[in-house]
Amino acid sequence: MPDLLVVRELVTVLGRRQGLFRGKEVGVRAVDGVDLSIAAGEIVGLVGESGCGKSTLARTLLGVQREASGHIELDGRIVSGLGSAEARRVRRDIQYVHQDPGAALDPWWSIGRSLEEGLIIQGNRSTSDRAARIRRALSEVGLDPAVAGRYPHELSGGQLRRIGMARILVLEPRVVILDEPTAGLDLSVQATVLRLLRDLRGRLGLTYLFISHDLAVVRRLCDRVAIMYLGRIVETAPTVDLFEHPRHPYTRALLAASPRLESAMVGEIPVLGEPPRPSEIPSGCAFHPRCSHVGPECSRRVPDPEPVGDRHMVRCLRWRDLAA
Amino acid sequence: MSEALLRVSGLAISVAGDDGVAGILEHVDLAIPKGHIVGVVGESGCGKSTLVKAILGILPPRARVDAGTIVFDGRDLARLDEEAMQREIRGSAIGFIPQDPFLALNPVFRVGTQMLETMRWHAPPQWKGQHRQRLVQLLRAVQVPDPERALERYPHEFSGGQRQRLLIAAALSCQPRLLIADEPTTALDVTTQRQVLKLLRDLVAEFDLSMLFVTHDFGVVAQLCDSVSVIYAGQTVEAAPTRSLIDNPAHPYARLLLACHPDRAVDLAGIPGSVPSLIEPPSGCRFHPRCPIAVTACAVTRPPIVELAGAHAVACPRHELAFPGAGDA
Repeated sequence: MPDLLVVRELVTVLGRRQGLFRGKEVGVRAVDGVDLSIAAGEIVGLVGESGCGKSTLARTLLGVQREASGHIELDGRIVSGLGSAEARRVRRDIQYVHQDPGAALDPWWSIGRSLEEGLIIQGNRSTSDRAARIRRALSEVGLDPAVAGRYPHELSGGQLRRIGMARILVLEPRVVILDEPTAGLDLSVQATVLRLLRDLRGRLGLTYLFISHDLAVVRRLCDRVAIMYLGRIVETAPTVDLFEHPRHPYTRALLAASPRLESAMVGEIPVLGEPPRPSEIPSGCAFHPRCSHVGPECSRRVPDPEPVGDRHMVRCLRWRDLAA
Repeated sequence: MSEALLRVSGLAISVAGDDGVAGILEHVDLAIPKGHIVGVVGESGCGKSTLVKAILGILPPRARVDAGTIVFDGRDLARLDEEAMQREIRGSAIGFIPQDPFLALNPVFRVGTQMLETMRWHAPPQWKGQHRQRLVQLLRAVQVPDPERALERYPHEFSGGQRQRLLIAAALSCQPRLLIADEPTTALDVTTQRQVLKLLRDLVAEFDLSMLFVTHDFGVVAQLCDSVSVIYAGQTVEAAPTRSLIDNPAHPYARLLLACHPDRAVDLAGIPGSVPSLIEPPSGCRFHPRCPIAVTACAVTRPPIVELAGAHAVACPRHELAFPGAGDA
């Protein structure tokens, strides 16, 4: 499969400004040199703790947040380096599903009207075509098209997730960014939402960037996983490989901490502390102050991405010592 | 098994609403032995929060205890008057750790002010003049760095994990014997969550506590709890030591629910049907309309909870039947 979305050395800086009276603020490099490619039809999981830059990366890909430097290629076309309105227009093939679709819907608007809004913004002027697309999208996500006449408060959490998906399906995207699509759902509902996402990918040939901190869900759904820490992707690998042979100490720590049905009772684990503030990113490898395998060089040198196997990349100066 | 510090038996609670009377809890049984951490698992609307509120005596005014007892330390909390609850139980003998560390602290007051306020109300009288000193010791126990200064700071100066530690210290501040935690780690990242779970286990041992831990995450139960109870639509359907329940669930609901877990799910089928309305709940076993092995008798009477081997108890006479979709090998 050819790569549908290619990101090279992407940098996004938040909060940089040069005021007339306040002087310069250098800002935070929330996305700090990210390389990531996603093949057509692939589901790539993006995992990391809060504040690691997952959402900023998503917003940059969407064109809502402007990149400071770097390169984004969508289906062979370069779509970076544009103003935000222009960027959003050329990136309409990338769509975003909000973490809580209930909160993203206007409570005073019928579901149909909310679904129609995106089409109107995209310049679809045919009422009958809009209605047909909405009917089709609602049945794609397993809902009765009559739901279009109902209001958000009448629907359950699981139904709202389906609406969130239908809302972007009407726009016929190719890449869908899913932001914690199962957060806050009950297990039984979560299972049906995951199944829907998987089925839609199969039927419509969608490509997903799946943002989550739930490793069990990521393991179940994703083809490949990227682990992000303080603005950088520290490891990527096919899902099975990543879970069976994690290389980066941070990935290992995440996997060890993640609750699983087979988890043993919490016992002695290396104390990790908490991630530093994004405004105080440590020098060298940003993970070094929390790392249990830290060496003297880790605070001085930023590790480069190194291949460790088939499509498996890690950014750690000491991964060879750890693997042994 | 050692003697239970808290024993809920046959608890039934209904709430009068605009649309009628909802039987939120129909029959809940729960025992927390001394020194144990007991998990309560169920999906939204199953009655977990109502159970917690009933134990803490903070049910909404329209709620009524229809039957059952909540025996804590020899006294029935379901029938204790509000003054005694306030003076002797809530915040003192029973401490509570809330779900969201970002909402539970008032942003405009210093952390110390808020925590000392709790102690002023609930601490034993002989502690007069020692509140601050005790609080500092507790903050040290929950590993908040620089406890003296922490008391002078405001909630926004702490990270989510730190705030949860402050709330744990607050729950411990009046020497409780039982801690109740309502999904205290859902707002935290996994590495922080793991540390908080470890802390809770250590504190239970160190302070000779028992704990009721409400969650919907079986993975967290596996990491923390000694035993676990599963509730469906206000009925306790199964209770067992943690490993026994996760490895060999017996009740059809527990089997289907665990089969939905991404660690297990084969075809991500979910559970057919949806959680019933509690205003007109199904008769008998409330799970029967969704149950693949239900028979007519299931709709007539609620099956009693029967103890199997190894302290594993289940409210289903047909639990030995195999059925597809339950993840049976």
